[in-house]
Amino acid sequence: MLALVSPALLVILALIVLPVGWLAWQSIYHDGFTLENYRRVFTEDIYWRSFALTFEISLAVTLIALLLGYPVAYLANALPKGWSILILSLVVLPFWTSVLVRAYAWLVLLQRSGVINQFLRHLEWISEPLALVHNTFGTVVATVHILLPFMVLPLYATMQKIPSELMQAGASLGASPSLTFVRVFLPLSLPGVLAGCTMVFVLCLGFYITPELLGGGRTVMVSMLVSRNVELYNQFGAASAVAVVLLLSVLAIFVLVSRFISLDRVLGQK
Amino acid sequence: MTMKQSFGLSCALLSAIGLSTAAGAAEQITFVSQGGAYQQAQTVAILDPSAKKLGITINQDSIPDAWPAIKTQVGSGKPIWDVVDTPTGNCLRGGEQGLIEKLDFSKIPNGAAMPEAYRSPYSVSYEFYSSVLAYSQKTFPKDTPNSWADFWDVKKFPGRRALRNHPFATLEAALMADGVAPDKLYPLDVDRAFKKLEEIKPHITVWWTSGAQSAQLLNDGEVDMEMAWNGRVSAVAKEGAKVAFTYNQGVLQSTSLCILKGAPNLATAVKFLNEAVDPVHQANLPLHIDYGPGNPKAFEAGVIKPDRAAQLPSEPANAAKQALMSYAWWSSPAGEAAEKRWASFMQK
Repeated sequence: MLALVSPALLVILALIVLPVGWLAWQSIYHDGFTLENYRRVFTEDIYWRSFALTFEISLAVTLIALLLGYPVAYLANALPKGWSILILSLVVLPFWTSVLVRAYAWLVLLQRSGVINQFLRHLEWISEPLALVHNTFGTVVATVHILLPFMVLPLYATMQKIPSELMQAGASLGASPSLTFVRVFLPLSLPGVLAGCTMVFVLCLGFYITPELLGGGRTVMVSMLVSRNVELYNQFGAASAVAVVLLLSVLAIFVLVSRFISLDRVLGQK
Repeated sequence: MTMKQSFGLSCALLSAIGLSTAAGAAEQITFVSQGGAYQQAQTVAILDPSAKKLGITINQDSIPDAWPAIKTQVGSGKPIWDVVDTPTGNCLRGGEQGLIEKLDFSKIPNGAAMPEAYRSPYSVSYEFYSSVLAYSQKTFPKDTPNSWADFWDVKKFPGRRALRNHPFATLEAALMADGVAPDKLYPLDVDRAFKKLEEIKPHITVWWTSGAQSAQLLNDGEVDMEMAWNGRVSAVAKEGAKVAFTYNQGVLQSTSLCILKGAPNLATAVKFLNEAVDPVHQANLPLHIDYGPGNPKAFEAGVIKPDRAAQLPSEPANAAKQALMSYAWWSSPAGEAAEKRWASFMQK
């Protein structure tokens, strides 16, 4: 058995354990053992602000993605096969487009001379262009768009496994469709909700290109701190410490979630 | 063919290849620049002619930001690059940290002939660009902004503004807006600069991070005026956008050539360094791209026509209107402290 899995173990060791270990080592070792990097991450307010902003944005993105994604997944599940394939392809197609391209596309839509502002001015609803981009708003809009498939797909997978007989049973006992939905369907789809929210939240924590391009320079998320520490200030130790704290936050979230549902559901969508 | 024979043959072939590369190795270098149109232009203007004249092979590599790679390569003890074209500050900082070779100017006569402000013990200026005040001619058709004081004057010049999300040139601009003369900037009064920046901060729509982004902002009318690199603005103008810029109070910046500590082909690298700042090669560069030569003698080589010279940031008359960035100050402890202060300034 060990002989069979050892190649896989070696790959994991070389590609995951060693680099992450090296990262962690860099954050505590610089001409000797030091906790200076962590002291800065936990005491300097630029780090605090960045972590707080990242969690706020991730939370907002997760909630919006859930509100938008749930009805989509519900429709894909409820409608006949042909329709559900169409809906799912529309969800998945943008998923295969580069994040960079989609970020620029949002720039074209949202900027001052962009499609949306021009349209609103044409209708004479506004006289001055709205500030839709180069701020937190633009960042959240584009991030929701990019992460939506990660919400819809686990939701759809969970809903697929809810037996339709349960709904019929509810109806035969005299419940209205909305009551069956609230009392039967919704609780049974909750594992999918949790799985989708976890995926979106965790992925959003590490977002980089979108806030960089659409945040106007003020929306400094944690990943941007990492890159700035390396590129601008040449502080690999500080960058590693930030990365380790981010990694630990993600692990903590997974541990927390795994107390409620099996992690297989989140990662493998079984 | 038996196994033994084929083994012998491959050995012979391998050693032949080994010998030929060994013979070539003495006369080749690996040169690194920033890629794109800029690296193409210097290949035609400087690299190919230098390789031909010296009879060496120049292998090219490109990276947008060489600094992390310089640090890891030299840190590992086995650098694979020889010569790097990188913002001058990297050469100075690298020199202080033992990552860059100290230059022997007796072997670099072309560099030794350059003004002292254009070279350092670790580097020679290679090309100049400028952080200038650029504006939309649609928003400002007649009375155009012409100084950083105008940029700060939101009453006289209403409009949306952008600055680079980096302290380089931005602090200089703030001080010039506050009345400091371009040649009296250093050492920078950092407190005064940040105080002045606080004034304009609410009026800045975008803090841009890449040159492409700055060009897009101006081109799409997302901002009405901004600090941008001269080459980016002229490129947008050439494509028909109604934009212009002024060299007045621009901040003249340079990339320099420097050699990695322990470079595999040190002697050839030094020969190349001298050749690359030769006035004639240098004069060829602005024929292909909107950057100025790093060696001012290039303007005397008779290659650049006067009307072209007038467009270039390092042309003497243009240079005189501008501030020359002091990379020595920026790589000093005070400069590094100012750079770190930028991050907290941005997030408050």
